[in-house]
Amino acid sequence: MKYTKEYFLRFMEIFAKHLAENKDYLTQLDAAIGDGDHGINMDRGAKTALQRLSDTNPSTPSAVLRTIGMALLSSVGGAAGPLYGTAFMKMSIALGNKEEIDDKELVKALEQALLGIKGLGKAQVGEKTMVDVWEPVVTFLKEEIINGNKELKDVCNELVLLAEERMKATIPMQARKGRASYLGERSIGHQDPGATSSYLFFKSLCEALGGN
Amino acid sequence: MKKLINNPEHVVKEMLEGMAAAHPELIKVHFDPNFIYRADAPIKGKVVLISGGGSGHEPLHGGYVGKGMLDAACPGQVFTSPTPDQMYEAAKTVEGGAGILFIVKNYTGDVMNFDMAADLLRSEGYKVESVVIADDVAVEESLYSAGRRGVGGTVFAEKIGGAAAERGWALEEVKRVVQKVADNVRSIGIALTPCTVPAAGKPTFELGEDEFEFGIGIHGEPGRKRLKIKPADEIVQMMMDAILADMPLEKGDEVALLINGMGGTPLMELYIVNRKVSQILDSIGVKRYKTLVGNYITSLEMQGASVTVLRLDDELKELLEDPVLTPALRWKS
Repeated sequence: MKYTKEYFLRFMEIFAKHLAENKDYLTQLDAAIGDGDHGINMDRGAKTALQRLSDTNPSTPSAVLRTIGMALLSSVGGAAGPLYGTAFMKMSIALGNKEEIDDKELVKALEQALLGIKGLGKAQVGEKTMVDVWEPVVTFLKEEIINGNKELKDVCNELVLLAEERMKATIPMQARKGRASYLGERSIGHQDPGATSSYLFFKSLCEALGGN
Repeated sequence: MKKLINNPEHVVKEMLEGMAAAHPELIKVHFDPNFIYRADAPIKGKVVLISGGGSGHEPLHGGYVGKGMLDAACPGQVFTSPTPDQMYEAAKTVEGGAGILFIVKNYTGDVMNFDMAADLLRSEGYKVESVVIADDVAVEESLYSAGRRGVGGTVFAEKIGGAAAERGWALEEVKRVVQKVADNVRSIGIALTPCTVPAAGKPTFELGEDEFEFGIGIHGEPGRKRLKIKPADEIVQMMMDAILADMPLEKGDEVALLINGMGGTPLMELYIVNRKVSQILDSIGVKRYKTLVGNYITSLEMQGASVTVLRLDDELKELLEDPVLTPALRWKS
């Protein structure tokens, strides 16, 4: 399949819709083990991104992702702003100036996003962060799409189930990074808000396929 | 939720408008991106100090912008770190050619956003250094957490670093003395009630009528443990035990104290806290050189208090005494 700028615009609209609908839920998750602002901040960032996209009308997939990344960097704050901002910026850089990209290029861009998140946050799998969703999902996509020559649409059901499973797998973990780590063992038993917004990210990536 | 606000989404902007209207002789406010800066900036040849963090901790940091303290402060949304564009624009507005020092409270988001701003500025040829303040002994030092939080010690770091910069010291020297403050300051906080972030509309945590949280952070993050309420002297004893276990003080040592209210604590109670802190220090022969009592780094309307102890040497004492003129801290000026 070919992914054009319209795909990424549709993705951002869907991601923003999920973040708006889950604003209170994400904030509740964050209040339990962090500082209670993840939903509020991500919702504000997504709305800023949509506004900038409509104001500037970027012309390529890379330009769309760069616009989203800069909007998140300058409006989300917290740790989520730099982490998601960097993820989108890294994807933008990976895609170059192409008008259309294919499934393998998309997965390579997602891998760059993961490397950006890990570079900035220094988190590894198992530390109750976004990485607990991002890393297994990117590994799965590399295996299926780059090695297995499948397309994203062929693996979406599995992908969303995997992201959801890994999001839930953060519940019994003890946080080792970010503000939740101050709680030590008291962070056990709560789902990580960053892993939850990451699940919404991948779910949106799949839902944006409809109608392409 | 009952708050004296107009719209939860406008609290930061409207606060900044009110600050600008109150102190035009000391500060100016820039919007989009938001930062507060010295009315007389830029000052040629002076190292500039820039700090920032989530809003809701007033007077930190904006209240400490002025002569002898910060050159600029970048307020984020309530309890949310500021974004890199704020620090970047603030630095370009105030810098005087002698370099930029960021004073950063140790939170994952704050550190990331300041680091990104520093990278941007360095890529344009500016000299940028950072000192991270991590003074909260409630967080046991551990490989398995993000490290200690930056709390009350930040006020002393900004005051003393600001004095050094005002004297015309070079960037490396200002950084050295701010790092010395960071290495010699310890804090701990307690809360009797939670606080409510305006945009969330609900308290950040629940605390029973007869409970207090020991080791609270300044965002209502839970601390070491939750206990049944006790008389002030017993709570203060626990707080001082935690500080002194981490930074033992000896007879003859001199300290500066910050007895800080979290926003909703009567000054009467802060003085009761200070009474016991003073008794404890006197009993071990530690000299109290300077004591600040009041709301210096708050947590919205939270009822609670923190105690900060800074171990002094002659250099820190002199810089602490230097004149300061800001909206929230002023002496000898």
